[in-house]
Amino acid sequence: MGEHTVSSFDQELDEIDRLIVQMGTLAQRMVGDSTKALLSADERLAARVISEDATLDAFQRDLDARVITLIGKRQPMAQDLRAAVGALRMAADLERIGDLAKNVAKRVNAVGRTPVSETLSNSIEAMSRVVQDAVSDVLDHYTAHNAEALQALRVDDEKIDIRYTAIFRELLTYMMEDPRVITTCTHLLFCAKNLERIGDHVTNIAENAYYVTTGLQLPAKRPKRDETMPAASVS
Amino acid sequence: MNLMTGSQVENAVHQQTGGVENTPLKMRGRKVNVFYGPKQALFGVDLDVRQNQVTALIGPSGCGKSTFLRCLNRMNDTVDSARVEGDITLDGENIYDPKIDVVELRARVGMVFQKPNPFPKSIYENVAYGPRIHGLARRKADFDGIVEKSLQRAGLWSEVKDRLHEPGTGLSGGQQQRLCIARAIAVSPEVILMDEPCSALDPIATARIEELIDELRQNYTIVIVTHSMQQAARVSQRTAMFHLGNLVEEGPTEKMFTNPDEKRTRDYITGRYG
Repeated sequence: MGEHTVSSFDQELDEIDRLIVQMGTLAQRMVGDSTKALLSADERLAARVISEDATLDAFQRDLDARVITLIGKRQPMAQDLRAAVGALRMAADLERIGDLAKNVAKRVNAVGRTPVSETLSNSIEAMSRVVQDAVSDVLDHYTAHNAEALQALRVDDEKIDIRYTAIFRELLTYMMEDPRVITTCTHLLFCAKNLERIGDHVTNIAENAYYVTTGLQLPAKRPKRDETMPAASVS
Repeated sequence: MNLMTGSQVENAVHQQTGGVENTPLKMRGRKVNVFYGPKQALFGVDLDVRQNQVTALIGPSGCGKSTFLRCLNRMNDTVDSARVEGDITLDGENIYDPKIDVVELRARVGMVFQKPNPFPKSIYENVAYGPRIHGLARRKADFDGIVEKSLQRAGLWSEVKDRLHEPGTGLSGGQQQRLCIARAIAVSPEVILMDEPCSALDPIATARIEELIDELRQNYTIVIVTHSMQQAARVSQRTAMFHLGNLVEEGPTEKMFTNPDEKRTRDYITGRYG
C-alpha cells in the first residue's frame, strides 16, 4: 500500500497495528500460561496471568484512544477506515481472550495443590496448544494481509470445537468412574470451555481481519453444532 | 418459528436499507469528449444521473469533474474555445440537439456555483427574476407565492421574511448561498447542478446546505462537485471519481468510500494521491 501524503497518518496507522500485535502476543502467552498454571497447580504463574490481564486492558484502552483520535483527526476512508474500525473490534476480542485466560488462572487454587494427573491434563494441554497457535496465526495472517489464510482459520475453528466435545466426554467418563475427581474435572471442563470460546474470538478476529484486508464480509457463519448439548435443546 | 437462511436475512436487510440501482435515469452521458481549444479535458465519459438521487463528482483539481458538470446544462457553450462531443440526454432527449432552447434547458437544469453570486438586487428580486424572464408568473400574488415557497424550500424564509426588499448581497455567505439555491429552484428545475457549493462557507453554513441538499432530493435530481470527501460521503447516494479527464469509477457512495474497486480511487480518497 502506498504512503499517505501526510506521513504522520501512516505512523498513526502503524502504531495501531503494532498495538494489535502486542495485544495478540500477550493474549497468546496468557492462554498458554493459564492452562499450564492450572494443570501444574502453579500459583505464581497464575498470579502473573491475572496481573497481565490488567496490562492487556491498558493496551486496549490505549488503542481505543488512538483509533478515536485518528478517526476524529483524519476522517479515514476506504481501507484506512476499515483498518481503524477493524482494530477496535479486534482489540475487543483480544481483550476478551485475556479475560478468559484470567478466568482459567483463577481456578488454580480451586483445583487443588497437587498437579492434575497426566491422563487428565494431556488432552487439555493439546487443546491449549491448538488455541495458542490459532491466536498467533490470526495475527500473522492479519499483518501479512493474507485473506485466504484468514478464511481458512475460520474453518479451523471447527477442529477446536471437536476437541472440546472430546474433552467433555472424557471428563464425564472420569467423573463417573471416580466421584472424588468431580471438583477438579469441573474446573478443567470450564478451562476447556474457555479455550473453546477463545477459539470463537479468534474466528471473530479472522473475520474482521478478512474484512479489513479485502473490504468484503465473509459469508454468514457456518451452522454451529455443540455436541455436548442434548439434541432437543438445540434450536 | 420460521428461521431465515443467511442469504435471506441479508436480502431482507438490503431491501430495508434500499438499493438505489433501480431508480430511473434522469440524465445520461455517453462518450462525452470535451476540448478547450486543442486541449482535451474529458475522454469518452459514460455517466448516468439517477432521478431523485444526489450524484457526487469527485477527483483532484483538473480531473474534469467541473467540466462534466458544466456539460449537463451546456454551460460550456459560454466558453468560446470549448467543444463538446458525444451524447448527453435529459429524460432521453439530446440536450445538444440544435432544436433545444438553451435558456429553457438551463431552467430545467439549474446551477449553483462555488462562490455565492446573488444579483445586486433585493432578496425578493433575486428569487423573482428567473420566474419573470421565463414568464412563469404574471400577478404579484403569484410572484409572492413563488418567492416564499422557494425561500422556504431553501431553508432561508424564516431568516429573511421581514427584509425581503433589502439587498441580497447584505446576507452572510451561507445565507447568500441558500439565496442562490432559492433562485435556482424558483424556476422549478428538474435537475440542480452544484459546483463546490460549500467551499466558501463555514462548517455551520455547510451543514445547513448539506441538510438542504438531502431535503431537495425529494423533489429534484442533484449533481454536486465537491473537494470534500466527507461531504460526498454524507450527501450523495452515488459517487463518480474522475482523474485526468477520465471517469475512473462510479458506484453507490457507500461502496466507494468503504471499498472502491479502482486503485486510483482508493489512493485519492485515502489521501495517497500524488
